[in-house]
Amino acid sequence: MMAALYDLIIAPFVEFDFMRRALIGSFVLALSAGPMGVFLVLRRMSLVGDAMAHAILPGAAIGYLIAGLSLSAMTLGGLIAGCLVAILAGLVTRHTQLREDASLASFYIISLALGVTLVSLKGSNIDLLHVLFGSVLALDDAALILLASISSFTILVLAVIYRPLVLECVDPGFLRTISSMGAPVHLLFLCLVVINLISGFHAMGTLLAVGVLMLPAISARFWCQSIGTMMGVSCVIGILASALGLIASYHLGLASGPTIILLAGVLYFLSLLLGPQGGLLWRLRRSVHLEG
Amino acid sequence: MRLLRSLFLALCVSIGLWNQPALAQSRSLDEPKIKIVASFSILADFARHIGGDHVEVIDLVGPNGDAHVYQPKPLDVAHLAQARLVILNGLGLEGWFDRLIAASGAKPPLVIASQGSKFLSLKGGAYPAVDQGPYDPHAWQDVANASSYVRAITTALIEADPAARSLYEARSQAYLGELSRLEAEVKAAISAIPRQRRRVITTHDAFGYFAKAYDIDFIAPQGVSTDAEATAQDVAKIIRQIKADKIPAVFLENVSDDRLIRRIGKESGAKIGGKVFSDALSETKGPAGSYIDMMRNNIREFTAALKP
Repeated sequence: MMAALYDLIIAPFVEFDFMRRALIGSFVLALSAGPMGVFLVLRRMSLVGDAMAHAILPGAAIGYLIAGLSLSAMTLGGLIAGCLVAILAGLVTRHTQLREDASLASFYIISLALGVTLVSLKGSNIDLLHVLFGSVLALDDAALILLASISSFTILVLAVIYRPLVLECVDPGFLRTISSMGAPVHLLFLCLVVINLISGFHAMGTLLAVGVLMLPAISARFWCQSIGTMMGVSCVIGILASALGLIASYHLGLASGPTIILLAGVLYFLSLLLGPQGGLLWRLRRSVHLEG
Repeated sequence: MRLLRSLFLALCVSIGLWNQPALAQSRSLDEPKIKIVASFSILADFARHIGGDHVEVIDLVGPNGDAHVYQPKPLDVAHLAQARLVILNGLGLEGWFDRLIAASGAKPPLVIASQGSKFLSLKGGAYPAVDQGPYDPHAWQDVANASSYVRAITTALIEADPAARSLYEARSQAYLGELSRLEAEVKAAISAIPRQRRRVITTHDAFGYFAKAYDIDFIAPQGVSTDAEATAQDVAKIIRQIKADKIPAVFLENVSDDRLIRRIGKESGAKIGGKVFSDALSETKGPAGSYIDMMRNNIREFTAALKP
């Protein structure tokens, strides 16, 4: 029994270096993506992650065209494109009557179109998706260090801007009356979203990066009420999904990145059903109880 | 003035017509070249070496293309209609050709270049094969076979254009000489590698002849489809296989992410081979612009990865 469990769960990581790297990489990612996702959910910005992922894509592609498959060039390109879109969209929102979703939508579409045009101008027929889908199985030292740095930086900055950020989630009007920190904190937060997505695109590939940012946080909403606990639960769910996803990918021969996200999806459905905070089963039981 | 010029031209033409038999041996530059269509880039390279400036060779599947799949273009059908000779590899490589030639309505003379080669059964086994096919079509990977390709093409070319027989024969002899020097070169390079190190894991499936002729083991990675995204299971299998069989080098193609290949190399201790070419040449300026360059490039890459 124990031997079977060992073979199932521990052995792959003992035997293979790439499995250990994949595990550490996805853990590190989950640690910072967890809290980030919680803030995105609470601020009703769940779809912003998706938009920003598209805004990053062309920047990384341009980096690839200039410098080849270089981690630093692609990261820098994505960072510049993402932050540019975030800041421009933020500024337009603050200074015009447009809502944030509208300005973000217009800027990320422009950025995406620009990226695709540049790639075709260069006359190269490389598949954008191939370039930009990183693989959790291919994390080298540089990528791991990058992931860890981004994660640490995110958590540090979150700690510093925690109070204004929470206030803006709960009552943005109040924050505006007592402090002028609202705008810079908001822009800083959007930049954190960008670097976490980049981190995710090294580990999972761009499109799946949004999954690791959002799914654990949304699931956490079903388990607890306070922001602090939600961040913790979100991290735990992310880590659980990563570990289970890697093990499933190893034993069942499934593509690793999508498997991790699918496992996060399974955990989301479990939370949706069983979570004490508004889970469907609890709700069903309560209504039955009231009727009785 | 104008009249004078037309008269002069007419005179030239009629003199040209009179002297036709004498001119046939040394064709003037304006005269159209003999048009040859080859199914893919390696055959086209052979034909260019034999025909020189005397022929115009068109390859249907160009450099870096895959000769197994081919998308017909209208221009190709036009070329086929004008061709004085069509060169095919045969052995089932150009499964698309029958339909193309039927569609074009043309009936140019065909030559199967692999006739007279030593064949390798697709099931493996002895080389040259003793059983009746189906055979591995990539016969040109053995330089001895390439020479027999060249002889077959030369014969067909002389039949199509007997007037230039001496020219074709001379060029063909010179090229066969180059090929036999290449063969000696390949054999010398491989024999410098100890036998137990001549083991390569590769997803290239076109090196069967090369393996048999020059005594290198090419081992296919188990259970890996190179089209889809890699799974942890695939990567683990390849690494285990390399470690268990003590394979010194890995040549992978089509794996979309070279970061993953580098990871496999690092973890298994195998060297990652460079780019090798099997069934298409590179662009003319690339590392495998001609058949001889291709073989030299492959030998260089294999020895670099396998040398102790």
